[in-house]
Amino acid sequence: MSTHLDISKVSIEFPTAKGSFKALDNVSLKIEKGEFVSLIGHSGCGKSTVLNIVAGLYDATEGGILLDEKEVKGPGPERAVVFQNHSLLPWLTSYQNVELAVKQVFKKTKSKKEMHEWIMHNLELVHMTHAADKRPDEISGGMKQRVGIARALAMEPSVLLMDEPFGALDALTRAHLQDSLMEIQKDLNNTVIMITHDVDEAVLLSDRIVMMTNGPEATIGEILKVDLERPRDRLALANDPKYVDYRAQVLTFLYEKQRKVEPISAVKAKKTTDTKTAASA
Amino acid sequence: MNIPSLSIASLKERVESFSLKSLLLPLFGILAFVLLWQVGASRVHTSLGEFPGPSVVYEQWNSLVAEHHNERVKEDKFYERQEKRIEARQAKDPSYEGKLRAYTGKPTFFDQIFTSLYTVLAGFGLASLIAIPLGILIGLNSSVYSALNPIIQVFKPVSPLAWLPLVTMVVSASYVSDDPMFSKSFLTSMFTVTLCCMWPTLINTAVGVAAVEKDLLNVSKVLRLNWMTHVTKIVIPSAIPLMFTGLRLSLGIAWMVLIAAEMLAQNPGLGKFVWDEFQNGSSNSLGRIMVAVLMIGFIGFLLDRAMLTIQRFVSWDKTQVLR
Repeated sequence: MSTHLDISKVSIEFPTAKGSFKALDNVSLKIEKGEFVSLIGHSGCGKSTVLNIVAGLYDATEGGILLDEKEVKGPGPERAVVFQNHSLLPWLTSYQNVELAVKQVFKKTKSKKEMHEWIMHNLELVHMTHAADKRPDEISGGMKQRVGIARALAMEPSVLLMDEPFGALDALTRAHLQDSLMEIQKDLNNTVIMITHDVDEAVLLSDRIVMMTNGPEATIGEILKVDLERPRDRLALANDPKYVDYRAQVLTFLYEKQRKVEPISAVKAKKTTDTKTAASA
Repeated sequence: MNIPSLSIASLKERVESFSLKSLLLPLFGILAFVLLWQVGASRVHTSLGEFPGPSVVYEQWNSLVAEHHNERVKEDKFYERQEKRIEARQAKDPSYEGKLRAYTGKPTFFDQIFTSLYTVLAGFGLASLIAIPLGILIGLNSSVYSALNPIIQVFKPVSPLAWLPLVTMVVSASYVSDDPMFSKSFLTSMFTVTLCCMWPTLINTAVGVAAVEKDLLNVSKVLRLNWMTHVTKIVIPSAIPLMFTGLRLSLGIAWMVLIAAEMLAQNPGLGKFVWDEFQNGSSNSLGRIMVAVLMIGFIGFLLDRAMLTIQRFVSWDKTQVLR
């Protein structure tokens, strides 16, 4: 299969008061069509920055993004984003929120009736037709995120970008939405990049898990291919040795190789050796 | 939705506490104020007699109403007499075309209220027409903001009284017409109001527009909304609460500025009424001025309520508590 999305040697520097800060260094990743890739790493490791660069919301300082061998410049609906906190327009109903996207993308290609059917079809996919005429403040957090997903899907993106889409939800709602997402994914087979900090979520949903090192100058540490049969069932997988092994590999990367916080005893030991060397010098 | 779950008793309780809070307590406040006013007023002596208490004010109110009626009757009779005279002449000479002369009687208190009201609305309307689009532009574009900010900051605190002579001179020099659509005094008052009251709307609109949530801006970017859709679907709805804060402040300022401008420039309106009564210096004057003071306050309050009603109508968030 040919490369669908090519993240090629991307680095980014942000100007700060103390000079420039290099958040990402030389990130390269090739993604195939229909692949579900998760980016996982500790907070502050720049995984959201990668997503924002692919979305076109940030410009890479070095390197760039190729989508179907064309360079990506600026944001666009072919790289739809599901934002962490839904980002629905609070003054529009669920229907109108999806409609705004559909009108923007299919203004020239679909008739009014087709657009209406397409909006309803996408709300149907996320099981939200019953709340089509409700505004975001009238529905629950999980439902808002469903509408957010419907809006992104309705753009028929070549790549669907999800920025910790279930991060702000409680565990049960999250599981529910993950199942819904797998169901949708089975039919549509979208190319997806998802940011997450939830190990189970990453293993359950992904074809590949991209693990990132800690910043500054964060980059890709390891890539884990998840070779589990689809459709995946969270209950059956819980005791599957392969699943447990994948999970352990990600955990090992996050908590041994890329430990974010050193244990207090280690910090103390380091301090005493420091003072000793200082005294002897 | 949850009304059925409420018991009848608790519903009743809610209605009762509502009427207590919204009717009884304000009524109590007003009564206490009137009492204090009556007691206090009788102790203040001026060269025009006692400071007017509530009862004197009530008398003067009645006399102002009566004067208004008398004036209307006089006006009707004036036109009747003219028409009769014209008819009589036309009976003798069919080629005669009569011309009705306008009544030139003194404007009553209520005429002055009406003049002030439409002047303030015209001035405020013009100010909003300038301030809202300009505020949106400033809020969207930080370069425009940087360019205009010093000018706004300098003109914002200028008192209406400082503008008035300049506006008067400019209007009388530039608005020269044999058959003017508006009187010069109206234009002077209106432009002064506009110049003084546009700033809160301008600044609040700009702040509201600049404070649109970053996530929503990202949505707009990902959707590649064009400028017009971006402004109407995302920027304006999210700036509406602050925009209305500005509009309400502006309308309040407009009303205060107008009264001052009318007093100083002797332009028709409530301000002129107050000034004329002050110059008149009769034993009734202070009472009449007090009627005007209360009326100015009451109209200011009604204007603010009207703005609030419009805000409720325009705002997307109907659950928002507006006060």
